[in-house]
Amino acid sequence: MQEIKSTVKSYILKEFLFGENPDELTDSTPLITGGILDSIATLKLVAFIEERYSVTLQAHEADVEHLNTIGDITNLILSKKSS
Amino acid sequence: MMIKCALQDLLANAVRLYPQNIAIDEPGHGTVTYAELAQLSDRVRDRLCFIGVEPGDRIGIYMRKSIDAIAAVFGILKTGAAYVPVDPNAPAARNAYILNNCAVRAAIVEKRFELRLQEELGKLGPPPSLLLLDRTGAGEPLRATLDLEDSLRHAPTVETTTADPDELAYILYTSGSTGRPKGVMLSHLNAVSFVNWCSEVFEPTDKDCFSSHAPLHFDLSILDLYVSLKHGARLVLIGEEASKEPLRLAPLIAEKRISIWYSAPSILSLLAQYGGLERHDYSALRLVLFAGEVFPIKHLRLLKSLLPKPRYFNLYGPTETNVCTSYEIPKDIPEDRTVPFPIGETCSHLQSVVLDENGSGVPVGQEGELCIRGSGVMQGYWNLPEHSARSFHAESGGKSWYKTGDLVVEDQEGNYIFVGRRDRMVKRRGYRVELGEIEAGLYRHPNIKEAAVIAVANEEAGVQIKAILSYREGKRASVIELKRFCAENLPLYMVPDLFHFLESLPKTSTDKIDYQKLLEIK
Repeated sequence: MQEIKSTVKSYILKEFLFGENPDELTDSTPLITGGILDSIATLKLVAFIEERYSVTLQAHEADVEHLNTIGDITNLILSKKSS
Repeated sequence: MMIKCALQDLLANAVRLYPQNIAIDEPGHGTVTYAELAQLSDRVRDRLCFIGVEPGDRIGIYMRKSIDAIAAVFGILKTGAAYVPVDPNAPAARNAYILNNCAVRAAIVEKRFELRLQEELGKLGPPPSLLLLDRTGAGEPLRATLDLEDSLRHAPTVETTTADPDELAYILYTSGSTGRPKGVMLSHLNAVSFVNWCSEVFEPTDKDCFSSHAPLHFDLSILDLYVSLKHGARLVLIGEEASKEPLRLAPLIAEKRISIWYSAPSILSLLAQYGGLERHDYSALRLVLFAGEVFPIKHLRLLKSLLPKPRYFNLYGPTETNVCTSYEIPKDIPEDRTVPFPIGETCSHLQSVVLDENGSGVPVGQEGELCIRGSGVMQGYWNLPEHSARSFHAESGGKSWYKTGDLVVEDQEGNYIFVGRRDRMVKRRGYRVELGEIEAGLYRHPNIKEAAVIAVANEEAGVQIKAILSYREGKRASVIELKRFCAENLPLYMVPDLFHFLESLPKTSTDKIDYQKLLEIK
């Protein structure tokens, strides 16, 4: 779980928060409602998750309900991997 | 071209010819026929007239794109008023500014926006009357509101007003360089002459099925809505969510048997890359139209290889003229072509010239500003007479040309090639963004001392927006905090991708921010 969190976190920092202090990005920072992930950034994130964790996200899962925080994203990946 | 027709007459004609055709399909909610759409919009007209709306008024539309919203559009037009659609996703303060700026007599608003809107409108003066809808979907909530109002005080049936061609039909607000959106005023003649050009070139029929991908406050919606309705075709409203998600959109286009697609290139790029297009049947699709920004060749080539059947057109034009040039993409794109296709030749209802900085014509092959005149050109910007005057080049003899601000070169075949912008406007995902409006938004942050925003070209991501900032004393805001701040104060498509911090921004000898130097910062 920690591994997933830190992988997702470093990906978001590298791709969408260039120059940000890593400590500012927490498990509960709002990503979509906070203006960090727009629609195209979300697609890139989904593509990254699918490739890195060999899972497939359904269209309805690529939304604010499932992807708004690193915590949500981690839970989604975990539920995908265990099913 | 003699045009006596107003936009509401297009619907009236279609109702006569195709009353039982499906006019609008709102996936997940329902459909309406032409007869039903006419009837519902008649009731909106009656209600608006009852509360005092008169020809020449402006009426706001603040709701999700839906059958309710389209019925509202026609209801407003039938009173002889102009409609002013605002972006339901934009901050309430921006929308209140717009509705106040053009002094709407009334607005039709979804309830979930009411509280914030009232708050913001209250700061600006006496608010307009609001017609509130519980939600939107298939026209039911609109009908319910009208029923309720009628049960309290019945609105008698009135005649539809036939608008004069030069009357305003709608005002579309676009990003303004001073930080405030500006209202582009478009008349019935402007819209109908463009719609008629589309009829000539694309030859739609009542068997066609159009996509409605763009939101109503975006000028692409004019083609979707009025060209389809003029011909008795079906219009499929694509919701906010599906419109950005290639995996939802790809099957929707196939299932709905869409035959004429129109959008900005960015979503087409995403469909080609992530949509899994090979998994669906697109045999109904006969036209793919795109406009709003440059379509990178790499993605266009991929899209054409996945969907080889339809004809592809690159349409070009600012909101002020709607589409003013077009170019049909050739069947085969040569492998070695890397530069984007031309924006093409001037549409038949317009005329064009390419002028240098002194207003003199430039020879073929030389760069200059594309200027347009004719029946499609806007009347001006709402309540900005000086700005409006500046945006036209007046020639002796009374001709005046709208200056697009776009630099072009005419090639040997008579096609215009887009070169760049004269000012600080950029296109991002089809949206028009004035960098100055983002700067003005950033300056509202209490800790920001100086803000400059530039556009950076990025091979993969297209245009990226970069903000360069310096701070007052005190704690520097984090990138996360700044993004959130921007998301609260600006439309989402204006939130910068990158932030860069400096002690102070570089200045020119006249003490202005030196944008050239900023461009050099890596």
